[in-house]
Amino acid sequence: MSDLLVSVRDLHVTFPHRRGDVHAVRGIDLDIHRGECVAIVGESGSGKSVTARTLVGLAGHNARVRSSRFEIDGRSGPFDWQKLRGGFAGLVMQDALVSLDPLRTVGAEISEVLKVHSIGNRNDRPARVRELLSTVHVPEPERRAAQYPHQLSGGLRQRALIASAIAAAPPLLIADEPTTALDVTVQAQILNLLAERRATGDTLLLISHDLAVVSRLATRVLVMKDGRIVESGETSTLLTAPTHPYTAQLLAAVPSAASRGRRLSSPTAPPLTAPAAKSPASTGAASTGASSIDAASTGVALTVAASMNAASTGVALTGATSTGAASTGVASTGDPLLSVASTSPAPTRNALTTAASRGAGSAGVASTGASSTGAALTGAASTGVAVAGVALTGVASTGGAAVAAPSTGRASTVTVADELAVAPALFDSGPPAVIVEASGLHKRYGAHTVVDGVDLTIRRGEIVGLVGESGSGKTTVAQLLFGLTAPTSGTVAFEGAPWTGLKERRRRPRRRRLQLISQDPLSGFDPRWTVRRIVEEALPPASLTNGHSPTFERAQTANVRRRSWPWLSEAARSRRNEQVVELLERVGLGAEVLDRYPRQLSGGQRQRVAIARALAPRPSLIICDEPVSALDVSVQAQVLDLLADIRAADGTALLFISHDLGVVHHLADRVLVMRDGAVVESGPVDDVFHNPQHEYTRALIDAVPTLEVSR
Amino acid sequence: MTIALERPLSVRLRRPSGGGVAAATGFLVLALVAAVTPSLFAGDPLAADPLHVLEAPSAAHWFGTDQLGRDVFGRVVHGARHSLLIGVVATAIAVGIGLLLGLLAGLAHKYADEALSRSFDALSAFPLLLLALLFVAVAGPGTVGLVIAIGLATMPNYARVVRTQTLVVRQAGYVTQAVAFGDSRLRLVLRHVLPNVLGPVPVLAIIGLGEAILAAAGLSFLGMGPQPPSPEWGAMLSEGRGYLNVAWWTTVLPGVVVTLTVISLTVVGRRLQRRFEGRSA
Repeated sequence: MSDLLVSVRDLHVTFPHRRGDVHAVRGIDLDIHRGECVAIVGESGSGKSVTARTLVGLAGHNARVRSSRFEIDGRSGPFDWQKLRGGFAGLVMQDALVSLDPLRTVGAEISEVLKVHSIGNRNDRPARVRELLSTVHVPEPERRAAQYPHQLSGGLRQRALIASAIAAAPPLLIADEPTTALDVTVQAQILNLLAERRATGDTLLLISHDLAVVSRLATRVLVMKDGRIVESGETSTLLTAPTHPYTAQLLAAVPSAASRGRRLSSPTAPPLTAPAAKSPASTGAASTGASSIDAASTGVALTVAASMNAASTGVALTGATSTGAASTGVASTGDPLLSVASTSPAPTRNALTTAASRGAGSAGVASTGASSTGAALTGAASTGVAVAGVALTGVASTGGAAVAAPSTGRASTVTVADELAVAPALFDSGPPAVIVEASGLHKRYGAHTVVDGVDLTIRRGEIVGLVGESGSGKTTVAQLLFGLTAPTSGTVAFEGAPWTGLKERRRRPRRRRLQLISQDPLSGFDPRWTVRRIVEEALPPASLTNGHSPTFERAQTANVRRRSWPWLSEAARSRRNEQVVELLERVGLGAEVLDRYPRQLSGGQRQRVAIARALAPRPSLIICDEPVSALDVSVQAQVLDLLADIRAADGTALLFISHDLGVVHHLADRVLVMRDGAVVESGPVDDVFHNPQHEYTRALIDAVPTLEVSR
Repeated sequence: MTIALERPLSVRLRRPSGGGVAAATGFLVLALVAAVTPSLFAGDPLAADPLHVLEAPSAAHWFGTDQLGRDVFGRVVHGARHSLLIGVVATAIAVGIGLLLGLLAGLAHKYADEALSRSFDALSAFPLLLLALLFVAVAGPGTVGLVIAIGLATMPNYARVVRTQTLVVRQAGYVTQAVAFGDSRLRLVLRHVLPNVLGPVPVLAIIGLGEAILAAAGLSFLGMGPQPPSPEWGAMLSEGRGYLNVAWWTTVLPGVVVTLTVISLTVVGRRLQRRFEGRSA
């Protein structure tokens, strides 16, 4: 056997399609040497999975595969695929529940592999199965072998799948997103297991969208985009000094502690808002990039946010102090704000900007990161409507974020001040309002306690992160706050008034102040409705949006019939249409999506529509339940930036539920860590994540794969 | 170099040919026109001609004549009105009641749902013939009893589908979202649940229509439908039965028309169903 397990040159894979063929893989070269771990990284649709599957002849029955060299195990076809699969290459796929036959026990599944490859005989196979299961650290292998896939947890299923993949001792193990569906602690275990396989001499081909996962295992990384390899190299070199802009973009898009307060979407990504796109501010943002200090881009973000405020509410009372030398010139350009404001039809609209810049030393110096001025800006959005035309003082932003040079890898904590303490100095309205106050929430289903005594406070303009693994009760907490289910005991107060225990009829008028963004936006859209209708339905009542009358705020919260509007004048109708377009522009979508159905949109576009809809009624709180979990990392970066902008512009509070600690650390001000229905730890993100008090929090943080290169 | 891939086991179902669907559609259009304006195709279905009884099919009488010398083709054409009307009305009753009860069952609490579902089960377990006899006993033989009996007997089919759909839709994210906009229960049902539940119903109704027509023909064959001399397909079969060995056309040809109608409806319905599923997937 040669040392070169796989050698492929100029590989093309096409799928014939009625409307033009889909060219999934466009000429890639791939060598896999014995004993190494090669990773293919890319976003969905990059062709990484197709490449891996082609190596074992599973590209699909209608796939057309072409290449100038296609050598597997030193031979170049024709291949006995069935012998190759399992015998030469074991395949581990993402979802073990789908990959394992639901009607067969795990043991039968594994011994089938042995049988196909004529290993052992009927009598010693059960022993081999047990042996394999203990190799992959399945506890009680005897009992587990007799169980069906649905009786096992996700982690155990994945282990069983790996056991079946290595049953015939193949030299190559292909793992296609092996940990994507798993909780972070389980993911760490599976990664350890794969590392163990490598240590025993297996060769590994790892397919993943997650650079952090890859950085732990791979010796070489290939970055794929649109069917081509855009960059390849040693893991450490590639991660620390990417040469291709796409790789740099991918790396910059990963949310983490270090990315706090900085925009994630990279220079080449589409701009978030249309008004900002034309402004000098966004060009400034583009030039700062990932390498400059965090504060620089923060200043830009605030300007963009402010301009969006002007665009949507028409009343912008924004003061932003940005820190950092790089942002000085950019933040003080008031052009986008003024131009947007002047196009607004209503005469009552004012855009007053106080963009005071404080020169702070040179780049790389840890300074006060302007990560969260959202709390301070709150008053502008909510009180601004009532008292139009009142100027406001500048905001001194003192975020709790630490800023450090990216090269140090880990940011140190420099909590300057509690950002919430700043707000009273800026707004006459007194201390920040409490949007949600939940105390002693319990939820039991039968004997099963799902939520066990959760206290939670969300103040105006705050982003509160809620993290925990699957089954920790975080979604149930969201449902309790949302009022979809009643708590077994405990109360929730929303905007200072009781919320739980009310009849739905009495809750309805206030419903629009509380919005929801879910993980899968598609299911949240009525499939018969176009984007236009989806967003328009969410707008405040039509008769009241033709000017901001005193009844406007009241009417917003009133449950007024507001559909179809056959009686609306042409002017009012076009005004509504304008509002829909404004909202879509605000979330970075153009008017061209108006008449499309959600199923015709990409995942990122759908989530943007969901955000536009959630913004339409101008809620005080948006509950975001895993809003970015289903998105590719670069799209995720854009959506996270968008959410940060919205908070900064509108002062909307966010409850951000996620299993991804990096995302939460990037975005949230405070965090609650849940386990088994109870909050085990809570506090400001930096405190909790850098100095965890509870052992579970510590375990959770340790399990997160980081981009640190250890080799 | 092209790599030879093995073709995994894949079963390709043959799509029904376009010609079949076109023929079926054409036949249904003809039947519909016949039902609306039968005089376009044939003269009086009741006009007896004692000089020409039980004549074989000819240019003058395409389907021959029956024992009273009436033109069988004319009777079949005029019978379309009766048969199709019975089928359509019965299906309309079934869809109407089924939609309402299915929606109720899907939205109701556990116990009410259980009670309704079991009553659907009971109704569909009840033989159609027995149900029809019951109504004939109450209302006397005739079209009304027949229509109600068929409507009730086929109702559970629709109710079950609607109930299942309702259960799915009420869990959907967009219903939750509508709650977030403060929509009332009634508004939720009317704006979101009902329209999304309706999806498969029209197609199901087209297929069900064939079933209803067949049931109607069967029951009136047994004398429970329109009474002689009304031209009704089932009744014609029944009348011609006695002359089967001397004049097959009085029975066989109306039978062929019934068969063609039901097959056409099924073919068209299935085709629409496939298109519908393809679109929603």
